Amino acid sequence: MKMSKSPWLLHYDGSSCNGCDIEVLAATTPVYDVERFGVVNTGNPKHADIFLITGGVNDQNKEVVKQLYDQMPDPKVVVAIGICACDGGIFKECYNILGGADKVIPVDIYVPGCAARPEAIIDGVVKAVALLDQKREQMKAAESAEGGAEHD
Amino acid sequence: MEVWITVLKVVLFIVLAPFVGGLLSGLDRKITARFQGRQGPPLLQPFYDLAKLFNKQSLIVNKFQVFLIGGYVMFTVFTGCLFFAGGDLLLAFFALTLGETFFLMAAFSANSPFSAMGVQREMVQTMCTEPMILIATIGFYRATGSFMVSDIVKVGTSPIVYLPGMFIGFLFILTIKLRKSPFDLSTSHHAHQEMVKGTTTDLTGNIFALIELSEWYEQVLLLAYIALFIINRNPWSILAAVVVCLLCYFLEILVDNVFPRVKWDKMFRSAWIVTLIFGGVNLLAILFLNVIH
Repeated sequence: MKMSKSPWLLHYDGSSCNGCDIEVLAATTPVYDVERFGVVNTGNPKHADIFLITGGVNDQNKEVVKQLYDQMPDPKVVVAIGICACDGGIFKECYNILGGADKVIPVDIYVPGCAARPEAIIDGVVKAVALLDQKREQMKAAESAEGGAEHD
Repeated sequence: MEVWITVLKVVLFIVLAPFVGGLLSGLDRKITARFQGRQGPPLLQPFYDLAKLFNKQSLIVNKFQVFLIGGYVMFTVFTGCLFFAGGDLLLAFFALTLGETFFLMAAFSANSPFSAMGVQREMVQTMCTEPMILIATIGFYRATGSFMVSDIVKVGTSPIVYLPGMFIGFLFILTIKLRKSPFDLSTSHHAHQEMVKGTTTDLTGNIFALIELSEWYEQVLLLAYIALFIINRNPWSILAAVVVCLLCYFLEILVDNVFPRVKWDKMFRSAWIVTLIFGGVNLLAILFLNVIH
C-alpha cells in the first residue's frame, strides 16, 4: 500500500499576511472535502507527513519552524506556499525577515503566488504526495543497504 | 475437543477483530462525511492509514513508553480473547482496566504538556466509565447467575429483559469509551478541538499504529459487550445482537456529529447521574425483586 493514500498535513504560519493561510485553510475545509483522498489536517507534527508552510521566516520563529520539521517522522515533504514562503516576497528586505522557509529547513516544493491560488496549492500537494512515495522508496533502499552492510 | 473450539474462537478473534474494527471506523468516517454533506474517504481508509503509519519512522521519546504501550496492546487483546473464549466477565473487566492503566502510564511518561493534559482528562474519562461497566457486570451475574460469558449466552431470556436500565447506561458510557463528541476530551479523531491529540501526541510511526490497532480491538470488545445483553439460547438471537450492535454504533456516530464537546465536569456529572439512575436503580430492582436463575 502506498503512503500517498493517507497524506496527513501540518499547516504552520511563519510571518504570513494570512492571505495564503486563508487559502490553505479554505482548501482543507469540509467544503472541498480533501478527506476524499485520505488527507487529514493533523495539527500535530509527530503525526504529519506533509508540512505546509506559509510566510517568510523571521528571527523569532526560525527555531519553531526548525523544531516542527525535526519532530516530523521520515518520510516527510515540505511545501512552501506563497511567494513569501518561497523567498521572502514583499517582506524580503525587512530587517527581521531571514527570507523564505528554505533558509532554515529543506523545502521540496515551491508554490508561488500572492496569495497562492487554491489550484496552485492543490497542485503542490499532489506533487508532495508523489514525492512522499518516492522518499519512502529511498528510505527502504537505504535501510536494506544498511542491513546489508551490517551483514558484512 | 472443547479446548480446541475455545482456541479456535480466540484465534478468530485475534485475526478478525482488527478487520471488523477497521471497517467500522471506515464506516464511521464515511457516515460522518455524509452527515456533513461531503463524499468522505474510501471505506478502507483506516487500513491505508495504518499501513502508512507502519511505514513511517518511529521517533521514540523514551524506551519505557514503548514497554507500556506493549502492555496496553497485550492486555486489550487479552481481554478480548478472554471474553470471546467465554471466560469470566469480572476478570475481563479487570484486565481491560489494567490495559487502560498501561495506556495512562505511557502517556504520562512523555514530556509533552499536551500528552500530560490528555492523560489527566483520560483519567476523568476512566472514572466516568468504570462504575457503569462494573455495575453492568454485577447485573449480568444477578440476572443470569454466572459471571462466565459462556453461561450468560446460554440463558433462556435475553439479559436485557432484566437489565434495560443498565443497557441505556452502558450506551451512555460507550460514547466516552469510544471517545466520541461530546466526550472526546482526552484525544480526538477530528482536528477541531483545542488540544488536537492529547494522549497520543508523542506517539509516532508503528507505535501509534499499534494504538490504532488496539482501539479497533477495544471497539469490537465493547460492541460484543452490547451483544451480550441481547444473546440468549436461541441462535437467531446472535443475528438480533449484530443488528442491535450496528444500530448502537450508528447512534454513537449520530451523537458524535450532533453534540458539541462538553467540559470535563459536565461529562463527570452526567456520566455518574446516568450510572446512578439507570444502572443503580436497575441493580436495586433486580436485587429486591430477587430475579435470579
